[in-house]
Amino acid sequence: MVDHSVAGRALTPVTAQVEPGRLRFFRETTGERHPVYTDAGAAKAAGFPAVPVPPTYLFCLEMMDAEQAFEFLDILGADLSQVLHGEQRFTYRAPVMVGDTLRFEPRIGSITDKKGGAMTLAVVETRVTNQHGVHVADLARTVVVLNKAAA
Amino acid sequence: MSNPSLAVGDRVVHKTFPPISRHLLALYCGASGDHNPIHVDIDFAKKSGYPDVFSHGMLVMALLGQALTDAVPPQRLRSFATRFVAITQLGAELTCEGHVTELLEQDGVACAKLALTTKDQNDDTKLAGEATITL
Repeated sequence: MVDHSVAGRALTPVTAQVEPGRLRFFRETTGERHPVYTDAGAAKAAGFPAVPVPPTYLFCLEMMDAEQAFEFLDILGADLSQVLHGEQRFTYRAPVMVGDTLRFEPRIGSITDKKGGAMTLAVVETRVTNQHGVHVADLARTVVVLNKAAA
Repeated sequence: MSNPSLAVGDRVVHKTFPPISRHLLALYCGASGDHNPIHVDIDFAKKSGYPDVFSHGMLVMALLGQALTDAVPPQRLRSFATRFVAITQLGAELTCEGHVTELLEQDGVACAKLALTTKDQNDDTKLAGEATITL
């Protein structure tokens, strides 16, 4: 069972750069061909000072540059074989673009047992700011922990 | 690019994708930074109680996001959220759709709320979500 007292605990902050090469790998993998993500001129015409990132890429940036991408599992006392991604939310507050340096500050939010303790829902909330100190986005990831039956 | 003619019920998002392959999962493992072996290592997946590897939820959400910003310019996106309703299996042929459910004002700005779904070729829902866009 997940220890509910870890709610509110801060995880190690992550600093990530929005590098064009890594972003190109993501675009080519997912088949993202919208000109606003590939062409600086199209991005400018849409009102972005530089090429922006696709809507879910913030999640990737945090994982790519984390010292321990699954630190939250250690805190929850779970391993990769017993978790699923339940929900994901992005709130966009300002553009994120190639060349930005982002700071991710994740913390454990609510922890809720479900189905008589057979599973636990844990929310990881992450505030994202850029190199100018602008609050650019918030992420919320709900992790489903499938609790092992008590021995 | 405001779209004042948007009305509740309008279908604005529709895109289909080629089948989810092992190759795609391997590429996404590297491209996303999500190196969870359950999506690429069949031995690990079986040991964890699954018959085979399966898609990263965030790969499926990336495709839904792509369908969304194909239809709605990215600068108009205020929020984007999904529930991962069911595991997306190898071979899944995904269709992403979205329609307007509500017109509203948020912080004095005219917005629309969209309901989003991703379904496979058997019409099984994989993702159910929503987005808020400015008009």
